[in-house]
Amino acid sequence: MSIEAKQPYEKEYVEKFSAEHNEPEWMTGFRKQALESASTLEMPKPDKTNISKWNFTKFNLEAETQGLDSLKDLPDDIKVFVDTEKDDKNLVILRNQINAYETLSTELVDKGVIFTDMFTALKQYPELVQKYYMKDAVSFDEHRLTAMHAALMNGGVFVYVPKNVVVEEPLQAIFWQENPEFALFNHVIVVAEENSSLTYVENYISFNKDEETVANLVTEVIAHDNASISFGSVDNFAHGTTVYMNRRGIAYRDAKIEWALGQMNDGNTVSENVTHLIGDNSFSYAKAVSVGRGDQSQNFTAKIINYGKQSNGLILQHGVMKDSASAIFNGIGKIEHGGTKANAEQESRVLMLSKDARGDANPILLIDEDDVTAGHAASVGRVDPVQLYYLMSRGISQQEAERLIIHGFLAPVVNAIPIAAVKEQLTEVIERKVY
Amino acid sequence: MAGSTLEIKDLHVEIEGQEILKGVNLTIKGGEFHAIMGPNGTGKSTLASAIMGHPKYEVTSGSILLDGEDVLEMEVDERAKAGLFLAMQYPSEITGVTTSDFLRSSINAHREKGDEIPLMKFIKEMDSAMDYLEIDKNMAQRYLNAGFSGGEKKRNEILQLMMLKPEIGILDEIDSGLDIDALKVVAKGINKLRNENFGCLIITHYQRLLDYITPDFVHVMMQGRVVKSGGAELVERLEAEGYDWIKQELGIEEETVGNNA
Repeated sequence: MSIEAKQPYEKEYVEKFSAEHNEPEWMTGFRKQALESASTLEMPKPDKTNISKWNFTKFNLEAETQGLDSLKDLPDDIKVFVDTEKDDKNLVILRNQINAYETLSTELVDKGVIFTDMFTALKQYPELVQKYYMKDAVSFDEHRLTAMHAALMNGGVFVYVPKNVVVEEPLQAIFWQENPEFALFNHVIVVAEENSSLTYVENYISFNKDEETVANLVTEVIAHDNASISFGSVDNFAHGTTVYMNRRGIAYRDAKIEWALGQMNDGNTVSENVTHLIGDNSFSYAKAVSVGRGDQSQNFTAKIINYGKQSNGLILQHGVMKDSASAIFNGIGKIEHGGTKANAEQESRVLMLSKDARGDANPILLIDEDDVTAGHAASVGRVDPVQLYYLMSRGISQQEAERLIIHGFLAPVVNAIPIAAVKEQLTEVIERKVY
Repeated sequence: MAGSTLEIKDLHVEIEGQEILKGVNLTIKGGEFHAIMGPNGTGKSTLASAIMGHPKYEVTSGSILLDGEDVLEMEVDERAKAGLFLAMQYPSEITGVTTSDFLRSSINAHREKGDEIPLMKFIKEMDSAMDYLEIDKNMAQRYLNAGFSGGEKKRNEILQLMMLKPEIGILDEIDSGLDIDALKVVAKGINKLRNENFGCLIITHYQRLLDYITPDFVHVMMQGRVVKSGGAELVERLEAEGYDWIKQELGIEEETVGNNA
């Protein structure tokens, strides 16, 4: 795997792509710098998962795409994620990375809230985007995939909530990889200024069972002093898409970032979710659930780093594994020197539904400060036969009893998803994947 | 004949290779309340678990019949649907599943597909049973037994018993860990079910539950067998004199199962 001159994503491609989108100069320069680094940087090495044979090179950067006249034109599989009954929606839909649908309530527009696709944001708010784009959360030169992402970024959304603005209604983004071989280099930035709050929910979806492609995704979430961000997602790429997902958060003083991630991809996936608790008294609760099936291999890292005094980082990872799927769950809590009275807790649990499935739960605590509290719990096991017995002793069939136990096991994230339609969909995706 | 009949014949049960029940015989008919008493470790709870089909207990010989049907051939859920109910000594905690959802699934499991209980009817029945058992309504939305106190778990078992209305109810030490007020409430719930169609097997090693629920038959278990049977008057004698007279009468030195090998 290499970035060679003969590849379609050579320098000329990047320049042309950037020019077509009328990007600011800094962005074009940044892309070119990243492209150059990509040829020398190493691939990431996720702990205990060998990704050297995964497809990160075979993909298309071009796809014919139409807009969307109305939400009614969405295929049913995507329409279900949208609360079509509701008038006052805040919704952006990217179809093969083209902004196909965008709506934001006038109330939020008036308050200065920005919720639009990345190219529009680069045109309208170039300085604001530049301030956050791969600056503090994710660097372009962490490894080859972040560099490729920076060079080839082909869409995303920009969310900005000004100081003191409280956004009650959730903001929803749908990223629809419609073309089966089209690659997503999607970039999401969510910024909550001082004393503001917002809820953001995103859905990734594709249907390419056999056609191969790549999704290389970076999300940067910034909560300024006393801001609160609730971030929900359902990742639902089909088997053919290899996914690299990098979701980072930065929480300043008294800020709060809550993650509820439904990691339901069917293809090989590396997903890291890292939150830096920079400010004193900052808080993050990272909850993630996943279901592995078929022959897919996945690597999930949830990591919270406490710098601030009295900062509090909680991690919950629950995974269900069936068929011959395998997954590694790394839950890492790190307390830096100076983070006095900080707290770090992790819970990683894996439920195995078949003998050929593999799951590893690795809770890790790294502590460089004396005056802290920390704890972890991990388990890998099968459905508890005594729990099954209890449920069945009331007449519930074995299959239904298992279903109840599995849904219960995944409930911490399902219940935390703030949009009813998305919550229902996550429940259905789980149902589909488990049975 | 009213109600169902549960017949246990010469039942032998092992757990992890050790024989606990060594030939239990017992027949419970609709309308009858039986109490099984005996010191700890004599096989009482094993009997309850074996009837319901707990995965750890292995029936090595003997039979259990419900109205002539072979219970031992049935899966656990089929036993429930046939009319058996066990209020457990240690109910499982199941996070993520609310008590209310579990109860509704249980009730619907006893009904035909397409004939599920209407939601409003279910809520009405649940509310009224919860009131009867003086249970805080919040319990319906809490996860099943998760973080419940001992008393809450026991009331929840009786709530399920009242809502599922089985033919034969088995109560495994439903009184353990209950204070006297909770005990009275639980007894009230059980007594409400008393009718000619409902048979009940009450397992306890305290007499005090039987102050509130009067049994028609009383059996004493020792060494994995029923060693003495009688009427309600047996409770009074046990309360006054303990178990020693039975042991003397039968020449038993050590009543528990393990020491009798």
